[in-house]
Amino acid sequence: MGQQIVNGLFLGSIYALFALGYTLVFGVLDILNLAHQAVFMLCAFLALTLVSVAHVHILLALPLATAAAGLVGVVVERAAFRPLRGRADSNVAGLISSLAVATIFESIALGLWGPDVSRFPLGTVPERQLHLGGAVVQELQLVIIGIAVVMVLGLTFLLQRTRLGRQIRAVAESGFAARVLGIDVDRVIALSFFISSALGGTAGVLFGLAFNSISPDVGRSVELKGLAVIIVGGMGSMPGAVIAGFGLGLVETFTVARFGSSYRDAVAFAVLFLVLLVRPRGLLGQAATRIA
Amino acid sequence: MIAALQELFLTYQSALGFVGINGLLALSVYATLSCGQLSLANAGFMAIGAFASALLTQHTALPFAAVLAVAALLPALVAVPLGLPVLRLRGVFLAIATIGFGEVVRLSFVNWDYTNGALGLVGIPQRTTLPVVYLLLAAAAFLFWRLRGSRFGYALEAIREDEAVARTLGIDSTAYKLGMFVLGAGLAGLAGALDAHLTFMVAPSGFGFGRVVEMLVYAVVGGITSFIGPVVGAAFLTLLPEVLRALGELLGMEAGPLRLFLNGAILLAVILFLPHGLASLPRLLRRWRERRKGAALAA
Amino acid sequence: MLLELDGVGRSFGGVQAVQSATFGVAPGEVHGLIGPNGAGKTTLLNLVSGLVRPTSGAIRLRGRRLDGLSSHRIAALGVTRTFQNIRLFPELSALDNVIVGAHLTRRAPLWQRLVFAPAAGREERSARGRAHALLERVGLADRALERSANLSYGEQRRVEIARALAADPAVLLLDEPTAGMSHGEVESIAALIRDVAREGRSVLLVEHNLELVMGVCDRITVLDFGKVLADGAPGEVRADPAVIAAYLGADA
Repeated sequence: MGQQIVNGLFLGSIYALFALGYTLVFGVLDILNLAHQAVFMLCAFLALTLVSVAHVHILLALPLATAAAGLVGVVVERAAFRPLRGRADSNVAGLISSLAVATIFESIALGLWGPDVSRFPLGTVPERQLHLGGAVVQELQLVIIGIAVVMVLGLTFLLQRTRLGRQIRAVAESGFAARVLGIDVDRVIALSFFISSALGGTAGVLFGLAFNSISPDVGRSVELKGLAVIIVGGMGSMPGAVIAGFGLGLVETFTVARFGSSYRDAVAFAVLFLVLLVRPRGLLGQAATRIA
Repeated sequence: MIAALQELFLTYQSALGFVGINGLLALSVYATLSCGQLSLANAGFMAIGAFASALLTQHTALPFAAVLAVAALLPALVAVPLGLPVLRLRGVFLAIATIGFGEVVRLSFVNWDYTNGALGLVGIPQRTTLPVVYLLLAAAAFLFWRLRGSRFGYALEAIREDEAVARTLGIDSTAYKLGMFVLGAGLAGLAGALDAHLTFMVAPSGFGFGRVVEMLVYAVVGGITSFIGPVVGAAFLTLLPEVLRALGELLGMEAGPLRLFLNGAILLAVILFLPHGLASLPRLLRRWRERRKGAALAA
Repeated sequence: MLLELDGVGRSFGGVQAVQSATFGVAPGEVHGLIGPNGAGKTTLLNLVSGLVRPTSGAIRLRGRRLDGLSSHRIAALGVTRTFQNIRLFPELSALDNVIVGAHLTRRAPLWQRLVFAPAAGREERSARGRAHALLERVGLADRALERSANLSYGEQRRVEIARALAADPAVLLLDEPTAGMSHGEVESIAALIRDVAREGRSVLLVEHNLELVMGVCDRITVLDFGKVLADGAPGEVRADPAVIAAYLGADA
């Protein structure tokens, strides 16, 4: 039982980090960034390349790749989202624009690393196991959970205690009002994308380390689960994304343990569906979800 | 000469078939986009139509027309109870709910032994012919064409522009949205059946998120201001890979990544610079020419 | 009484936007609704048109309850409106905007269009004709094909009124129709309102332009902080001390 909890939390860490990035951008721009999963994937590949080709230690490769992912996010915002601001169809257009970027990123990954699964070289991460009260836990799992917790706390601190955090929250509330208050909205949005993509990128590297299987289409499956998480948690709600992310990890793990792996993916969508029909606002969301 | 043309035709026959089928899929997405609803459920409806038609062909002696009718009606029926709750959701929530539906359908087929799970059904006889595909495409296009200018068509446009205001003018937006959602489902199911009987197989993997994204892209790249756009977009994007493959062979490049890259790049370029899609090109060209004429006159 | 509000109230969170509003509008009556900003006037229009449900009280049209009905049902019963911050369909032309407004009056079923029945063509032409006539009535016949987002502010307001009239309503709700208009334009709107009332329609007019209100209204209801301060003929309201204190005080 304890085993499953650890498994669930560790899976949930990845979902939570990924979903946080997703929901941050939605909160700030009211846009679903479908390129998020491509950044997740590219960052995993980048870390892989740093480790296997440049022989950088994983502890350095992770922050480097994460920072790179953040920068990619800023570029994506500038190239694919900013030109659409103010357009009447900006929601659909933004969705499609991010889709185009995701396709481009996928093609780059295909070209550079091929369609087959790539793995981190042996010895990248310690293979140690710990015995905690009857459960056999990989040290790696604990590290991943730890990293996720640290990042969540860091993000919370950023949003609640710093000036930038306040500005982000202001823009999320109303871009127009924020501008009137003198906030450099463009800069805030760019920084939000940086943070969002860094979160997604970290999730990608951790995913790659955890499952040791990276391929250009690895983002797709996580993307849809990520959608389920942010809906259940409430669009635009950070705590919601975290709770729902860990929640999904746990629920999925327990479902597989009880019913077998063929229902692993179904559970996310079943919950998604139910939530959308019963309480589209999600657990903690505030976005208006219905028309008059 | 005739023989060469005939050979060309045979080579590209299936490609032309896909142009027609993708045209139907693009119109199925257009159906809901025309009243402002971003519904991404049609891959799921397509799957239902495809599997239902394949099963009917394999286990009964029904004529193809009847099979097609069922393939269109079954998803349409499913769309009614699905649409009622889901269409009350705004914008991106509707998109996500419908994505969820599509995934649920796909996963259901993956887990259903009767349809061979993830492997799907194979050995489906080829009953789809070009005349049938284009007849159905023409019928769908005709329907959309006649919708314009009618009370129904105006209501759809109003809902797309501002649903709350449309309701204050007496338009029952829920009914119209549901109607278009059901129409889209039927068209997608029909396309699924045609596709199944052209490619000899039906597998759940062909009906995932990627498939519905493709349909959306056909519609948006073509332009959703009128029904012509989606058909143009479908034709363009279905034939483009063929052209690119020929080009790639010429240039000796790796086909896969390049095609994907160009797909993405074209989509990005269209959405950023041609917001009304390819179908708006003639109008834009005309305006550009008029402006140049005007400038020349003024000079 | 054609339209009756009976103890109508609406609160948002803890804020009571409208409280125990009670007044009536007779057929063919031009009824003004005035009050300082934030008094609850637009909320009242939203309540009548069904965009928002009252938290207390009842609204009746010809004795039939309107509150609780969806806005499209209310429109079908004969109540249409304009909006304070103009909500035309921006991509549609002025003419098309008005044709949408005629939705409730159009009858031709879809199948007729599919078989090219002459009745369908006639119906479409007649709808266009009526829409054109309405645009003429508000003085915008020459701008009919212009994309409505390209029209001037005053022109857009007039298109909105034409659109609301296209539904052949028994009650027309106007939310600050003359905001931002020149004196001449205000005069023509006043004439239009009187004209509309002569047709037997009731008009519920929310306005800040007191000269217009006093000149065109048969009765006036004054709101302040969501409550009805006074309700009566222009002369009475003008002389009511509570009203003067709360509202007219500055320019009485």
